[in-house]
Amino acid sequence: MEKMKNNDTLHKSARHVLLVMLAVLPAAVSAGPSGQAMAFTCAGCHGTDGSSVGPSMPAIAGMDPEVFVDAMKAYRQDERNSSIMNRIAKAYTDEQLKEMGWFFASQRLQLFPQQYDATLAARGAELHEEYCEKCHENGGRPGDAGTLAGQWMPYLHYTMEDFLDGNRKWPRKMKRKVDAAIEEAGDDAIPALVNFYGSQR
Amino acid sequence: MTDMKRRTFIRATAGAVALGTLGIPGLVLGASRRVVVVGGGVGGCTAAKYLRKLDPSLAVTLIESKPAYTSCFMSNEVLSGDRTLQSLTFGYDGLRRHGVEVVQGTAVGIDPEKKQVQTAAGDTFGYDACVVSPGVGFKWDAIEGYDEKVANALVPHAWYAGPQTQLLRRQIESMPEGGHVIIAAPPNPFKCPPGPYERASQIAMYCKHHKPRAKVTILDAKDAFSKQGLYMEGWRKLYGYGTEDSMIQWISAAAGGAIEELDPSTRTLVGLVEDFQGDVVNIIPPQKAGAIAFAADLVDGDWCPVDKRTFESSRHKGIYVLGDASSAAAMPKSAYAANSQAKVAAAAIVARFQGKEPDDPTFVNTCYSIVGEAFGISVAAVYGFDSHTNTITPIPGSGGVSPANASPEIRKREVSYAHSWFKNVINDMME
Repeated sequence: MEKMKNNDTLHKSARHVLLVMLAVLPAAVSAGPSGQAMAFTCAGCHGTDGSSVGPSMPAIAGMDPEVFVDAMKAYRQDERNSSIMNRIAKAYTDEQLKEMGWFFASQRLQLFPQQYDATLAARGAELHEEYCEKCHENGGRPGDAGTLAGQWMPYLHYTMEDFLDGNRKWPRKMKRKVDAAIEEAGDDAIPALVNFYGSQR
Repeated sequence: MTDMKRRTFIRATAGAVALGTLGIPGLVLGASRRVVVVGGGVGGCTAAKYLRKLDPSLAVTLIESKPAYTSCFMSNEVLSGDRTLQSLTFGYDGLRRHGVEVVQGTAVGIDPEKKQVQTAAGDTFGYDACVVSPGVGFKWDAIEGYDEKVANALVPHAWYAGPQTQLLRRQIESMPEGGHVIIAAPPNPFKCPPGPYERASQIAMYCKHHKPRAKVTILDAKDAFSKQGLYMEGWRKLYGYGTEDSMIQWISAAAGGAIEELDPSTRTLVGLVEDFQGDVVNIIPPQKAGAIAFAADLVDGDWCPVDKRTFESSRHKGIYVLGDASSAAAMPKSAYAANSQAKVAAAAIVARFQGKEPDDPTFVNTCYSIVGEAFGISVAAVYGFDSHTNTITPIPGSGGVSPANASPEIRKREVSYAHSWFKNVINDMME
């Protein structure tokens, strides 16, 4: 198990090197807008350089580029419940998504304080440790999975609603883990987790 | 040509001779390049912030006549009572923190030869590049009997948020139960295409609770409008649209909605077919580029032609015209469009200062409208650039409006997205 994880990490590092190489070459390789120019157009909804100040729009700064590209592809293929991202994602090629992904990956994530329920957050911390930490490492900080720590709580609520209502495809193993958390904590499970992530800085 | 190749090329061929126009301005010229931005709205503020972000050596001065910015987007919520005008008002300290010099003054002229902006106070500001983002002005001669004085006192346009927004709100609050509100919507093109219809919706939302027998009539100079299908879906669900008792009526130009004259004393609008009398009348006049665009000879007709790659004026080199005042054809005159255009212009200015060709541009527009308490709708578009025809074109297969008959959950989410959108646009332009 450990060994596999190391291989994954190596594989990912190699990918990152490739992405860096692509990011410095675009002007020579292709005409068309730069990754930065495309990423700048997202800021009106996701905040300058991807640090959102609007609680319904997720922060995307510092996001793993592969997670970004996967999310955009899912929107592009109408595989993820959305009101607007599906319409926007259809404008970009795979290559352009990679360039934007790399831009956001290299931005510093700025988080903003949110009001949270301390009791729920404490319960959520336990649930996270038991059911989520394995994939959402370091309390859900940016890594191989989407950014959860410090992420806007209304956005996290929408996301969990979509998973539970069958409007978003579960990543491998996630459904089993979330079901187990709900089995343990009942209706409090999701609010507890959301409050825990919202409490993180 | 990549940076690396360019530098090698310059070194090999031009040596030190060309350095005056290339390289890092602050070091080579001994003084930083100056950009003067005229207008402290979405286009001007975003350009100022991103110029400093892309090249901190630039000296950026923003000239704006008001001490603070009040957004017109979301101001329809002031009419329903859902928010205060104060919540839409933002000072320019955020831009100052980005190193932008903010000058309160009114630009009255631009000399493209001397590269100077003149203000009403008699000051001149020299520039290496000038950004002009003045927003819209009104065609005061289009509707007989309607002028600025009448708008300030009696029949507000409220198409810039401010005292007229508050006046309109007070008029709606104090009209009798069963009163009649008339909104006269302008012909294309105009600022915020879905705005008049969101305004009707927000007023209806207020009346539904406080004056349930009131009527809101939109008299339109057009036969179709932005997000029309979605608005009508919302109106049917929320305000009885299509029934005898509908709170909202829409009268197209073809049905006699175009207005020629106002009698302010009786609040009567004279149309081609019939007259309309209201307890509250809101006229959104036909529009053109803001005053400075005319004074600086930047217009061709009503709007300012630009090179779509950079938003540089087609009439005067070194002046970039953004936002509502520019003629960007495919793009609506919206906050998001101005924000997107400003970044393209800022990147082009910085590239040219560095002796590079500007990249191909890319643009986005997103716009939310709040039709009712849990009923939000949106339009989105991503645009590319065609260098052969100098046109901005939507990327095929992308964009469009919210799906028809979406679930109540999606409609409700779009209201919360609208409010988050507002926060992020303000943040990205001036914080």
